[in-house]
Amino acid sequence: MSQAELASRPAPPSTWHMYRAMVGVGVFCGLLIVTAFQVTQPIIERNKAEALQEAIFHVLPSASTSRTYRLDESNGFKLLEGKARSEQLVYAGYDDQEELVGLAVEAKGMGYQDVIGLIYGYSFAEEAIVGIQVLESKETPGLGDKIETDQDFLQNFERLDVSLRDDLSELANPIVPVKHGEKSNPWEVDGITGATISSVAIAKILNQSAQYWVPRIRNNLGNFQGGE
Amino acid sequence: MAISSKSSTDEFIKGLWRDNPVFVQVLGMCPVLAVSNTALNALAMGLATAFVLIMSNIVVSSLRSFIPKQVRIATYILIIATFVTVVDYVIQAVSLDLYKALGAFISLIVVNCLILGRAEAFASKNTVGRSIMDGLGMGIGFAFALFCLGAVREILGAGSLFDVQLFHDSFQDWVVMILPSGGFFTLAAWLLLFNWLKQRKERKAKQDESAALAIRGEVA
Repeated sequence: MSQAELASRPAPPSTWHMYRAMVGVGVFCGLLIVTAFQVTQPIIERNKAEALQEAIFHVLPSASTSRTYRLDESNGFKLLEGKARSEQLVYAGYDDQEELVGLAVEAKGMGYQDVIGLIYGYSFAEEAIVGIQVLESKETPGLGDKIETDQDFLQNFERLDVSLRDDLSELANPIVPVKHGEKSNPWEVDGITGATISSVAIAKILNQSAQYWVPRIRNNLGNFQGGE
Repeated sequence: MAISSKSSTDEFIKGLWRDNPVFVQVLGMCPVLAVSNTALNALAMGLATAFVLIMSNIVVSSLRSFIPKQVRIATYILIIATFVTVVDYVIQAVSLDLYKALGAFISLIVVNCLILGRAEAFASKNTVGRSIMDGLGMGIGFAFALFCLGAVREILGAGSLFDVQLFHDSFQDWVVMILPSGGFFTLAAWLLLFNWLKQRKERKAKQDESAALAIRGEVA
């Protein structure tokens, strides 16, 4: 390359120009993200709370109000005030007369594609799970996602037995999945043909969660009565 | 002024049809195949991508003399990622169900080669006005293509459109259409249709040209 050609080439930008562009754009983008976050965060929180509330009333149809309780270190339940979120939560549902009708419990476990998150309603009067709703699922569309839509499968949870042994220490009969059409006991979950892994996963998630929560809830029912 | 207006319209039209990002340029195939299992998911993803494309085109075009060539790609990605984050928050605020359905594919708009491609090939070399028209055309063209795929897949795979049942209960859903393989089948069918239309148009143009030449020859 000749001297003349070299001289005619535009000079490369200085380091200052590059820093100016990167930092300037970075600051602009940062401000934009913070603004979007501040504007949308209260709406997102409200949407999540409404979705949870809807799910609680879906799994406890006779409830008209709900309160959140947290399991503390002494294995007792304490009413959780305000919007504070924490682990080990259950949602107590009350009817119009402020009578406790049941408890909604969140549970999670591995499905076929990813984690399945659900909420189920526990009725201590019927000693049974009386409804479930899938909150989070990435199961295969058209196959695994039948766990949310298959009416025969959802009928399992209209009254799924979770009665306890006499000493209230564990479930009298663990929840077990069975092949479609072979259900003969009220604690069995009738599977879905074509969505075997997902339906078995639901039974396992419920069994694991009920084994943990149901004895603790039954031993502390007084904590929820009258909302205190 | 008239010339500028005509070319702006042309920038808009080309993305919609002639250079459609999906059916002609075959760009951004990851969300096209993954999120087009229902018409609503496809339309939402298409509109989210269109918003990011238009906004990033505006910013890149406005800052084109401010960004040195050496750091342009990093800067463009930063701008695109910012608008994707904004879209992510907005979709969560609008509908949690939609947010769950679109999943990780919202974040993956950042690496959609269509957006970086338009920033690099068009917005960085043109005025803000023309870049907006380009972004609008390409964005709407992308959303239209996604909707075409999503509608066909939902109608055949679930017998519905926008969750409205279209057929009698006796209709047997083609489950394969909402599985990943259905995405490939549907895309292939649409590409076939577009290529056939394109070839037919070219053939017709050629015939018209030959006829015009023949008439001129006879006149001479």
